Amino acid sequence: MVAIAIAIATFLIVFLIGPILTVIYTAFSDGSGGFTLAHFSAFSEISLMRESFANSLFVAGMTVLFATLIAVPLAYLTMRFQFRGAVLIQTLGVLPLIMPAFVGAAAMQLIFGRSGAVNLILNENFGFGLPIMEGLNGVIFVETLHYFPFILLNLSASLAAIDSSMEEAGQNLGASGWRLFRKVVFPLALPGYIAGASLVFIKVFDDLGTPLVLNVTNMLAPQAYLRVTSIGIEDPIGYVICVILVIFSIGAMGGAWWFVKRRDYALVSRGGAQAPKRQLTSWQTTLAYGWIIGVLMLVLSPHIGILLMSFFKVWSFSILPEQFTLAHYATVFSDSKQMIWNTLLYCGLAAVIDVLIGAAIAYIVLRTSIPGRQLLDHLVTVALAMPGLVLGIGYLRAFRGIELPFGAGALTASWFIFVIAYSVRRLPYALRSCMAALTQVHPALEEAAENLGAGRWQTIRRIVIPLMMGGILAGFVTSFITAAAEISETILLTSRESLAPMSYGIYLYFQSIAGRGPGAALSVIAITLVALGTYITHRIAATATPHQSIGANR
Amino acid sequence: MSYLTLCRHLIAATITALFAGATLADTISVVTSFPKELTAAYKKAYEAKYPQDKLEILNKNTAAGIAYVREQPAGSRPEVFWASAPDAFEVLSSQKLLVKIGPGSPSIPAKIGNYPVNDPEGFYRGQALAGYGLMWNTRYMAANKLPAPKEWADLVKPVYFGHLAISSPSRSGTTHLTVETILQGEGWTKGWAQVLAIGGNSAAITERSFGVPDGVSNGQFGIGLVIDFFGLAAKNSGMPVEFIYPSVTSIVPANIALIDGAKSSEAGKRFIDFTLSEEGQTLLLQKEISRLPVLPSIYAKAPAGYPNPFGGKIQAKVNFNANLSESRYYVVVSLFDQMITFRHKELAAAMKAIHDAERRLSGKASAQLDEARKLVLSPIVDEKQIGDKKLLELFKAKKTDAEASKTKAKVEEEWASRAKANYARAIELASAAK
Repeated sequence: MVAIAIAIATFLIVFLIGPILTVIYTAFSDGSGGFTLAHFSAFSEISLMRESFANSLFVAGMTVLFATLIAVPLAYLTMRFQFRGAVLIQTLGVLPLIMPAFVGAAAMQLIFGRSGAVNLILNENFGFGLPIMEGLNGVIFVETLHYFPFILLNLSASLAAIDSSMEEAGQNLGASGWRLFRKVVFPLALPGYIAGASLVFIKVFDDLGTPLVLNVTNMLAPQAYLRVTSIGIEDPIGYVICVILVIFSIGAMGGAWWFVKRRDYALVSRGGAQAPKRQLTSWQTTLAYGWIIGVLMLVLSPHIGILLMSFFKVWSFSILPEQFTLAHYATVFSDSKQMIWNTLLYCGLAAVIDVLIGAAIAYIVLRTSIPGRQLLDHLVTVALAMPGLVLGIGYLRAFRGIELPFGAGALTASWFIFVIAYSVRRLPYALRSCMAALTQVHPALEEAAENLGAGRWQTIRRIVIPLMMGGILAGFVTSFITAAAEISETILLTSRESLAPMSYGIYLYFQSIAGRGPGAALSVIAITLVALGTYITHRIAATATPHQSIGANR
Repeated sequence: MSYLTLCRHLIAATITALFAGATLADTISVVTSFPKELTAAYKKAYEAKYPQDKLEILNKNTAAGIAYVREQPAGSRPEVFWASAPDAFEVLSSQKLLVKIGPGSPSIPAKIGNYPVNDPEGFYRGQALAGYGLMWNTRYMAANKLPAPKEWADLVKPVYFGHLAISSPSRSGTTHLTVETILQGEGWTKGWAQVLAIGGNSAAITERSFGVPDGVSNGQFGIGLVIDFFGLAAKNSGMPVEFIYPSVTSIVPANIALIDGAKSSEAGKRFIDFTLSEEGQTLLLQKEISRLPVLPSIYAKAPAGYPNPFGGKIQAKVNFNANLSESRYYVVVSLFDQMITFRHKELAAAMKAIHDAERRLSGKASAQLDEARKLVLSPIVDEKQIGDKKLLELFKAKKTDAEASKTKAKVEEEWASRAKANYARAIELASAAK
């Protein structure tokens, strides 16, 4: 067990901590090994960099604001009112996440852009247009629709855990409606909200694909990418940007943690009776349905847009596309089969590594007494706060010149780098699933096995792993689908087309005039794969529960 | 456990894949900025003809491509560099990263207009020809009742305000060539007046050269300044767009070169010869590629109406001077960014104020309006200053020269603030003009 713990720690230090430290070191190093702040002052003197910094903050902040406006009413509605639309809202929570934000961006340009369907209709009938997709607005719009589920899901979970007696007490004291929500419900649900909001902030701050597809480069992540790829891996400004991204990511996560810790949110009787669901009046129902259907249509628009793009030849200055064709799919299957296979291979291997390490860490932390075992858990959490862009640049820098055995070429130019990068970045998801699964397995079951003469390994193999299987599979699928949609690292690490996964292929197709159709077709395939994976996770979670309940019922 | 078996299978697959990769014979890595349609067509055709070779495409924009080649150690560099901008090849050959391959087939003419098709020193060859022109969306034009333009000069007209799109030379080599062509064709002062007016009339300065044809073909913009194959490919794949060459244009070759220090140079050379062969050149005529071959005989196979630079139909009035372009490259690029890209909002507002004043005065002369025009449309660096060797040297200095980059940043910051002040003053003058 100790050997395994050390091996995992080594893996994390080499592939997570090392590259990050390299990036930080480069940003503060003067070239001959000394410490300097010169690169930071150079950064602050370039007006484009100051502007990019302000823009990134603005976009991330506004996205959190708009995502809140969409998510809070939805969460409150499902958790506190008798409402038939709950299934719709659950769908809402998943739909945006199964498509990378940058893919949606291309389709939304055609629907909400300057001459998109919406503006054409507005212009024809009312003589004005809405600049929704122009510059930073476009980034905020696309990111809001993509990331609001993080707030929705976290807030819903938080609301579900509030003891109903709190709200009843509030009602007894005469609060109702808005006042009850503002004074009682929302403050109690704050931990979930803060967790979701900080996640949205980090994701948007770090996103590279969306601004690039929307032609916006005066933001930090695209600037770092452009500096490192066009000026070279030596350019210090790129590293300065990385350090800023890291500081903000850790700041947002740490801030959220501190905020939640600062006040006591523990309820006396946690897990008590669920708050009774109240009735909606008829006009409230209408309003609620209107809101949900409106949001659902917005959320679905990129999906529909991509689907239309993949089946039609021409979509230009018109409300709907024209000339149905299947040629785009034919192009994808003749030219890009390799990319589909690559995605399956990289993400599959990465997810296997994740569940292996995740299950091992979960076991070590929960079942052994190895000193410092919590450290493994903390190390993995670092990966959650680490922007993909920073890790990508760190890999290119730290592993530069490292050759693989058997003449397989440089490590950074091989496909292993994708597997490693994906597995490190997605490890936190797999770890959470494995931890949750193992917590539900009662140690008494293992003790029983040992009493019957089973050794430790036999117990793990025959008792622990089978009981954890639901969680392990859920972890596998979560790691897999989030890795398949990853773009920031992918763009940086792709050195040649034959190694590229699907997400890069989609990005590449969208860069050429005749490539929009095939790009959309490849997106549809990717979305279908991810949607299928998500569905399977739900099925596994549903079927695995009765099996586990032997151990879970205490 | 079944998942352990799965792991075993995956590990076995990994090892097999690794060895399969290692036993491949000749892999030709091609660094290119060209779109996927083009590279996919060449890959398919080449690998069908030479089954022992494998073509590996490394898609990077031109600047990133140069950086990539430079950073690879000799011995593991890619084999072929294939891109539009001739400047990129000058940079590579001046850093001794190319192998001399000499001129190719004698049936390829030595010159197009006044411009040599192949590198006179033999380091790179022209593989296709490219001209710059105007592309517009016919539906957009009809809906907004805009007349079709013919020349760059047409684009400065008030009717096109807010309907154009152009990219920035610092992001796109082809846009740099377009701007440099206008500057060489019209002269420094008049050329900049035109470029600034076009910038002011633009709805967006896109961050990538592809943003322009993409935006025009999906109807976001009316007219875009693009390299010919973007316009032709969009038109030939059924988009409602048109493309023309204005008279102030230049035809320059897109090039291909063999990189020094590559693993399989011989195979690389084989690929270069293939792209210049009759077969390779014919691929350029494919609908979604639509580029101009360098081999004149290919045009006989082209569909009706395909532009032929050897037929005298495209008038290229400008004899592009690559040395002049290279000598002031960094200054032109930085000037464009400081005056147009980063100050686009202010520039467009000033341009609008001028158009409004012109309409209000309906042709009446006004000293204030003239002054406003002068403030907006004159380059911050005048004709005399651009001849200044010291300025050119400053901008060429290496990135590592801390002193030079500090001075350069100061000069740029000064340009930026002057441009901003000029535009603000011009708005005041133009709105007060009587």
